[in-house]
Amino acid sequence: MKTRYTFGGDEHIFVEMDDEMSLEAFFKAIAISRAVQAANIDGVTEILPANASFEVRFNPDIIHPDDMMARLKELEGTANTAEPRMTTRIIEVPVYYQDPWTHETLMRFRERHQDPSATDLEYAARINGYDSVEAFIEAHHAQPWFVSMVGFVSGLPFLYQLVEREKQIEVPKYLRPRTDTPKLTVGYGGCFSCIYSVRGAGGYQMFGITPMPIYDPQQKVSYLKDFMVFFRPGDIVKFAPVDRETYDRIVAEVEAGTFTPRMAEVTFDLDAFNADMRGTNARLMEALNDN
Amino acid sequence: MTIKVLKAGLSTTIQDLGRPGYFHLGIPEGGAMDRFALRVANMLVGNDEGAACLEAVFMGPELEFERDTWVAVTGATMPILLDGETRDGWTSFPVKAGQVLSFGFLKTGARIYIAVAGGIDTPVQLGSRSTYVIGALGGIDGRPVAVSDMLPMGTPGKPGQRALSADLLRPAQNPVELRVLPGLYWHRITEASQERFFAEEWTVAPEADRMGYRFRGGTPMEFVPREQPFGAGSDPSNIVDGCYAYGSIQVPGGTEPIVLHRDAVSGGGYFTIGAVISADMDLIGQMQPNTRVRFVKVDMETALNARKARRERLETIRNTLAAQ
Repeated sequence: MKTRYTFGGDEHIFVEMDDEMSLEAFFKAIAISRAVQAANIDGVTEILPANASFEVRFNPDIIHPDDMMARLKELEGTANTAEPRMTTRIIEVPVYYQDPWTHETLMRFRERHQDPSATDLEYAARINGYDSVEAFIEAHHAQPWFVSMVGFVSGLPFLYQLVEREKQIEVPKYLRPRTDTPKLTVGYGGCFSCIYSVRGAGGYQMFGITPMPIYDPQQKVSYLKDFMVFFRPGDIVKFAPVDRETYDRIVAEVEAGTFTPRMAEVTFDLDAFNADMRGTNARLMEALNDN
Repeated sequence: MTIKVLKAGLSTTIQDLGRPGYFHLGIPEGGAMDRFALRVANMLVGNDEGAACLEAVFMGPELEFERDTWVAVTGATMPILLDGETRDGWTSFPVKAGQVLSFGFLKTGARIYIAVAGGIDTPVQLGSRSTYVIGALGGIDGRPVAVSDMLPMGTPGKPGQRALSADLLRPAQNPVELRVLPGLYWHRITEASQERFFAEEWTVAPEADRMGYRFRGGTPMEFVPREQPFGAGSDPSNIVDGCYAYGSIQVPGGTEPIVLHRDAVSGGGYFTIGAVISADMDLIGQMQPNTRVRFVKVDMETALNARKARRERLETIRNTLAAQ
């Protein structure tokens, strides 16, 4: 891992922990962003942790960009000694794969895709070496995911698959971003899955849709009354495939205010995970069943 | 007391100076695309500089006032009509209850700012009244204003007759020069592409909105060859998704640069080559599609000096208007 510091204009410093994705890079980025927060530096206006990087926005009228840069480099040492462990929650997210809405959308943007003759799922299954779309879908939901970044648009989670690197799914983003993506689309780009919190532009391949809202500015959804954004970095997600009937039922329950996501508190320890991935995952998923 | 919307325009939104502090959750700062114009509009009608105004793009709305008040319109050049009679831009003018404010065709620029004494008094969400349409946040139910909306007006501060003299306005440019600090993933393109980016002329593409402005006309960029890092995706313009900066320039596929603006996405998987300096962000808010643009390479010192110059211009305007 080689840390790289660079200015983004006169108001931002972007720090890349590593140019490739890993949970080690994520834990280091979150440790430094927490150290920056704790340091309470005058002039810092935003701290944005991401997958394998983080960004600080500052007011250069208050702190000179060079001084800001020097402070961040000082804080890198603190972060190197932080333990890669966190208390978090595991959440079950229902997914209706191959739904009609993302299918209609992907057909509209075929000319922006690498393989206009296939669907996003067919293309992703093929380039990842799966015999069928069904086998690929199984690989997408069998093991849990780690929320390594929240952003892009309102409360959108980026999810990193908790499996050996050689088993991780990888797909390119669309050649040119779409101007439309249905709300709550489950997407994929690079090694990340995501859930589009709102309708809008997007470059990720589209696999399915969840009936579970994850952003609600009106705060009418029962489990979003305290805060309008559901996910936070470090959350663990288990996708659960559902059919149309279950999808419709959950949509109605959300509407009626009776739907509550299945979730449980868990501890995630990166060293324990690296020592035994399947065992760690089984324990994480077990917590969900106990609840 | 309210303002009744008789015609909404193309996309007219309530904006103030935005809601910093939530970008880490993907909720952008938002606020006026042209902050200079919004601040001056508010000063002209005696408001706090950050009061909420209407931002109208390309086409003005038609508004009926329910009480006597003061109004000022700044930003783009567009004929301003009060009951059909012309009024000057960058100048406050009194409006009587029942009068109708309307607009002619856009001449130059892209966005007008309509300030009313007391500001638009819609509910504050996450610290701002700014409308973030993508996230359905702020404004009226998170959407642009619509016909028959009733916009509440706040309590006036110190309205009165004020006008900005032409020498205090920003000079018009053609092509518009946008100063850029190279950085971020600048090293991903070849030296030849780096030079061409600044040497060639670009034009604003039709896809230009509050989220970002797209440019076309330049030569597609060449990438420095590398094995794509794990998790980035296979296209050479892909990176492991990271945070974006306001003003940062991403170039999906190496073809059409996009400068992220006030309603920016907070992160994503396309590489960025640097950022437009903070002092020049307002200029983008006044560019129409097909506007000719040159990107000008600058260093940090120039960026900070430009920021200082912008601050001093505003201070001069503040003092001048306070004396009127």
